[in-house]
Amino acid sequence: MNFELIIFGISAVIAVFGATMMIAQRNPVASVLYMILSLIAQAVCYVQLGALFLGVILIVVYAGAIMVLFLFVIMLLNLRGEEASEQDTPAVSQFTKYVFSVLLTLELVFIVKAASLDSVATQVADQVADGFGSVRQVAQVMFTNYLYPFELTGILLLVALVGAVVLAKRERDSYSSATDDADDDRSERVVE
Amino acid sequence: MLEYAIISSLKIIVIIVVLLTGCAYSTYLERKVVAFMQQRIGPLYAGPYGLLQPIADAIKLIFKEDFVPDRAERFAFTLAPIIGFVPAFMVFAVVPFSSDVTMFGYEVSGIISDLNIGVLWVLAVGSLGVYGTILAGWSSGSKYSLLGGLRGSAQTISYELAYGLSIVGVIILGNTLSMSEIVSQQATIWDWYIFRQPLGFVLFLTCAIAETCRAPFDLPEAESELVAGFHTEYSSMRFSTFFVGEYAHMIAVGCVGSTLFLGGWQGPFLPPVLWMAIKVFLFLFLYIWLRATLPRFRYDQLMNFGWKVLFPLAILNTMLTGLIVLW
Repeated sequence: MNFELIIFGISAVIAVFGATMMIAQRNPVASVLYMILSLIAQAVCYVQLGALFLGVILIVVYAGAIMVLFLFVIMLLNLRGEEASEQDTPAVSQFTKYVFSVLLTLELVFIVKAASLDSVATQVADQVADGFGSVRQVAQVMFTNYLYPFELTGILLLVALVGAVVLAKRERDSYSSATDDADDDRSERVVE
Repeated sequence: MLEYAIISSLKIIVIIVVLLTGCAYSTYLERKVVAFMQQRIGPLYAGPYGLLQPIADAIKLIFKEDFVPDRAERFAFTLAPIIGFVPAFMVFAVVPFSSDVTMFGYEVSGIISDLNIGVLWVLAVGSLGVYGTILAGWSSGSKYSLLGGLRGSAQTISYELAYGLSIVGVIILGNTLSMSEIVSQQATIWDWYIFRQPLGFVLFLTCAIAETCRAPFDLPEAESELVAGFHTEYSSMRFSTFFVGEYAHMIAVGCVGSTLFLGGWQGPFLPPVLWMAIKVFLFLFLYIWLRATLPRFRYDQLMNFGWKVLFPLAILNTMLTGLIVLW
């Protein structure tokens, strides 16, 4: 039981705790905060496994940008958590909720049975070569072995981006007959 | 191992004490400089030249009533100033303040942790500070605070991309993400990255002001329209925590800027730490100067400027740098 394994254990527990609390909370803002806690703990786990670059990128992208957007949207819509009640959800989603939770629990059980925490953590830490997880190595693998998946991901994101722009544009046309300039003003006021 | 731990802890303590003092005296600097620019005198009565004014302010803030509004979310309300405060200080973990020095027979490096991805660490930690603004705005239960928090988050998202991209030019040229290596590449003044990345430097400076929510980009706390923005409901030490956080953020940006573009602690004659201090002081002075000179942006101007001017310029700068390096 060495020092690094202890830190790994603590951060892993915090990550799971954050994820659990994220689902358990009624208040969406609290959920987002627990998710950030979980993400930061996960980043610490990555660092403990030698992937410093991945850990920091996780914080830059998810905790620093995406979760800020989540919080922004939640605050803009002023969700307070009371609205989502059991009656509003359709029967189909009630059904799928139970099916998927059973499936995911089974999957979790299989994973835990297949590998115990102790052996995985020490094995991975021992096996990594020098420079593992460095920027150079990640870039090399990403732009040679996995070039096509990487570019496809880029196209997928671009499609999503174009779709979002189209949707936003259509909605704006439908409730307005004013000039484009007036439209611009309104949308900016909404953001404000 | 033990020796390393003790030296590191001592370095952290020294840096935090120096920073807190620096933050307190930046307020004095700001008030004095703005006063001279506006034909006033500024703080004068506490001590010679008003030099004890920051201490008097701190004592006053500590003894003020600590008020929590009735409709506030108590936990988040308490957490928000801390979240705004801590990330600003975490940036200094990777800032090289000095060259290696020998002190009492020990070899001490001038940096707390020489991460090989130091630049990314700066971006990662710096992006977390905005949660303080958002949480404060949301948890106060006041419409002015909420609007301030919303503005803060939108502004940070808009300027963060250009902020990160403005540094990429230096990373490409230096071929490293380590702060100390970037400093050692700028040994003489002609090697400073400000001359090889002039556009990158201007972009960095502009986006940094928006990131720290300083005038003319201080929309989250625009007092003419939002009372005091996200910290309207804060008083006493909670308020001053935000205040110190903001100044620490400014000093952090100054440190990062001088490390990446102005050669860090490198310089002739004077000791390295002093050079670092002078360069950071230049950044602070520029900030105060801008605040005294420029009027506040309107909100839509701020958004347009970020997305339609700074962001394309940052991409252009990155592409040009890449092309030149390949060529």
